[in-house]
Amino acid sequence: MTTNEGNLTKKDFTSDREVRWCPGCGDYAILATVQSLLPEVGARPESTVFVSGIGCSSRFPYYMDTYGIHSIHGRAPAVATGLAISRPDLDVWVVTGDGDGLSIGGNHLMHALRRNVNLKILLFNNEIYGLTKGQYSPTSPLGSTHKSTPLGSLDRPINPVSLALGVEATYVARSIDTDRKHLSEVLRGAYEHRGSAFVEIYQNCNIFNDGAFAAVKDKGQKEHNQIRLTDGEPITFGPDNERAVVAESDGSMSIVPTEEAGDRVVVHDPARDEPTTAFALSRLALNPTGPTPIGIFRDVDRPVYDELVREQIDQARSDQGEGDLGSLLEGGNVWDVV
Amino acid sequence: MSDTATENRPGDRERVQLHSAVIRFAGDSGDGMQLTGDRFTTQSALAGNDLATLPDFPAEIRAPAGTLAGVSSFQLHFSDKDIHTPGDAPDVLVAMNPAALMKHHEALKPGGTLILNTDAFTERNLQKAGYEDDPREDGSLTDFQVHEVPITDLTVRALEGHIERGELNKKEAERCKNMLALGLVSWMFSRSVDETEEWLRSKFRSKPEIADANVEALRAGWNYGETTEAFVFHYEVKAAKLPPGRYRNITGNQAVAYGLIAASVRSKLPLFYGSYPITPASDILHELAKQKNFGVQTFQAEDEIAAIGSVIGASFGGSLSVTASSGPGIALKTEAMGLAVATELPMIIVNVMRGGPSTGLPTKTEQSDLFQVLHGRNGEAPIPVVAAESPADGFDAAIEAARIALTYRTPVVLLSDGYLANSAEPWLLPDVDGLPDLTQVFEFTTESNSDNGFQPYLRDPETLARPWALPGTPGLEHRIGGLEKDDGSGHISYDPVNHHAMTQVRHDRVHRIADDLAPLAVDDPSGQADVLVVGWGSTSGPIRAACEQLREKGRDVARVHLRHLSPLPNDLDDLLRSYETVVCPENNMGQLSILLRARTLVDIKGYHRVTGQPFASDELADVIEQHGFGEQA
Repeated sequence: MTTNEGNLTKKDFTSDREVRWCPGCGDYAILATVQSLLPEVGARPESTVFVSGIGCSSRFPYYMDTYGIHSIHGRAPAVATGLAISRPDLDVWVVTGDGDGLSIGGNHLMHALRRNVNLKILLFNNEIYGLTKGQYSPTSPLGSTHKSTPLGSLDRPINPVSLALGVEATYVARSIDTDRKHLSEVLRGAYEHRGSAFVEIYQNCNIFNDGAFAAVKDKGQKEHNQIRLTDGEPITFGPDNERAVVAESDGSMSIVPTEEAGDRVVVHDPARDEPTTAFALSRLALNPTGPTPIGIFRDVDRPVYDELVREQIDQARSDQGEGDLGSLLEGGNVWDVV
Repeated sequence: MSDTATENRPGDRERVQLHSAVIRFAGDSGDGMQLTGDRFTTQSALAGNDLATLPDFPAEIRAPAGTLAGVSSFQLHFSDKDIHTPGDAPDVLVAMNPAALMKHHEALKPGGTLILNTDAFTERNLQKAGYEDDPREDGSLTDFQVHEVPITDLTVRALEGHIERGELNKKEAERCKNMLALGLVSWMFSRSVDETEEWLRSKFRSKPEIADANVEALRAGWNYGETTEAFVFHYEVKAAKLPPGRYRNITGNQAVAYGLIAASVRSKLPLFYGSYPITPASDILHELAKQKNFGVQTFQAEDEIAAIGSVIGASFGGSLSVTASSGPGIALKTEAMGLAVATELPMIIVNVMRGGPSTGLPTKTEQSDLFQVLHGRNGEAPIPVVAAESPADGFDAAIEAARIALTYRTPVVLLSDGYLANSAEPWLLPDVDGLPDLTQVFEFTTESNSDNGFQPYLRDPETLARPWALPGTPGLEHRIGGLEKDDGSGHISYDPVNHHAMTQVRHDRVHRIADDLAPLAVDDPSGQADVLVVGWGSTSGPIRAACEQLREKGRDVARVHLRHLSPLPNDLDDLLRSYETVVCPENNMGQLSILLRARTLVDIKGYHRVTGQPFASDELADVIEQHGFGEQA
């Protein structure tokens, strides 16, 4: 984490490039939130790197006046891992999407998270392939009809938060593109977390999949469907907190009227070391078409990958002394010819 | 074996002086043949011989015992002269079981010495090896001097005391039989086993009874040779007259790893090594993982793609970044290699080639990935390619790859192969202070280079390298990526004229590398040759040995060996055109030949064979004779 000694503003993080997303795209709101947040939390442009893959969201680095790599499809976590291991002084962000991060790059996402590399990974989930013009994605609901699935998708969707919790990511959160206050809070938490932070952001693609998140975004619906997770608070929701999340005896969770919940209501604790409870929470909504938790699911401290790498190097240096090339080459059996 | 003299010493069997010998140990994968060969190699090196080795093992870790598929072998050529190959046909074959005999007896020279572990010649083992009759009795081995030695039984008897004391069971005792064989062969070649004894004691430091058992088996083998009358002669190969200096043995993979560390030290850049395990490249990772006190960061990635991805990230961050793999892994890295070309970041991609296509022959050698690394990418994506020509040469080749990468800000491919990777040879240690000073070939950019803000693609006019501005540097924030850039500003550009210009500049930048290469060194002792042999990579040894054979017969033959495959040296065209005949042997179907023909229009005579094994020098001498002198040797 870097500190902001000067008085930087959003402008200092905004590049001179014209933003070229479709008018009305949810990416605009996320970009504006990130550009405003970074000066607030004390980040510095020169110490910030955005790494992306391929897809609409992956254009993100071009619009940030920071360092950036627009890499290849699915590989952003791998590229960012090499940078974060070798440069612990930097804030390295990964911007990816549901196709880039969960389909072609699912492998890298999983391994970056389980290693706890010091990366802030933002997954813009729009449940569609936008850049290739409208095929279904790994988060599209079962049966959804798009260009490549005229008769309905046969693939069971991935729940990105469940996936991240399954590989024991140390910071896992979910937010919504246009909910600036909530998104800022969640991103602030990610920024302050040392280690892998994973944030799923519901992002509306108004061209190919408009309204996919209406249940949790639109006035009149969101009041009923957003389950806002707050550290230390019982998990209840609805306009009058009339519904509650309770733990079942089989380890799963379900939603009941608050008046029936009694002491079975779950009190949210993102610092719980075991990811099991957070995972059960994430299973409340397979797709955000009904009540869906948003907020920080998990936030725990674990050794960070680059620190472990440096510890081994320091240990080797203290055990063997600083490497000496001449001695290395002469290691083992040598003989002299005169 | 080439004899020189026989001398008799009182109380000694006849000791025959040899110039050189080739010995092959063969047995089951579990018999410890690679270790036996390694130890004999070290003993020969310490005796001052020049040597070359050829380990050959199956891809299966433990194929079913006693089968042909499970045979593992190790060949060593040692000499009192300067030698270049692990030898063609062995003079001595140690066969630990019938399968080893079946697989290797045809290679043995007529009149060669065959040492058989008779204890393993059971009916079941003979069957497994595919013998209908016992070869010891059916007259099929009459060409050889056969020594039937009950190696397993001798080992168990030598260790009876240990078994009685309950320190070992019989099976564990039997496992020491490779040391008995090593002791016997060491006696045959008048090699001291003291160093191996020391090595065993250190290896089994925590298990002294195992160390004792192995040492006793080793000594029992030696004594067996000394006291039985079965061996009429024993041999001595005196020290070679090598250039003065300090030597060690080194394999190709080790040499590459050390070369990378040297490049890191000499460039004052931290070494970042991201790779995914693959035969035969993994030993580079193993070696570097041991050298963390040099600040080496090794990262075992989740796959080949992540390995090179991490290397691109680390290069952006200012490390000397390296990944290594073999052909199938390089195939997976292909897209990222294109990104490395587009982002113009320095890095080294090592390809330790093996037999292909697909999974191919993981443990065997081949040179068939030249086209892959030169052309195997979408778009015009030129990458410089350098190749190591001997195991020890991996060290210099790695430093050269780093020099090119850092000077021209480009990914560089370093080619090695399965033969170089695992073979060993004596290496005259370099003076580390005399190694190239790589701090002089690059600098990090710290100031803006233009009045219009920092231009990440504004190039050095001489090298065409773009600035290397690291994250963390205020004012130089910039974005790079796989989309086409505007030359200079680095902004995304779809401009047609710019795309052509950028394609041209990426091409020119690689081709300019040829301008600062040293002139080609042509080996033509008489200066009269009309025949030139051109090669690259691990064929260097066999080509050199073949040329020397021909010269001894009075044939004038010249040879040149290419370190740089891309760009090819500027003086190569005239050189090739100045000979009547140009022969190019390769362990592929003629990849360099095609390139050279296309470039020079010289009618290159190719020789292509892919057996998974390096060329034999006799084989190449025949080929050169045929093409260059119109006859068979």
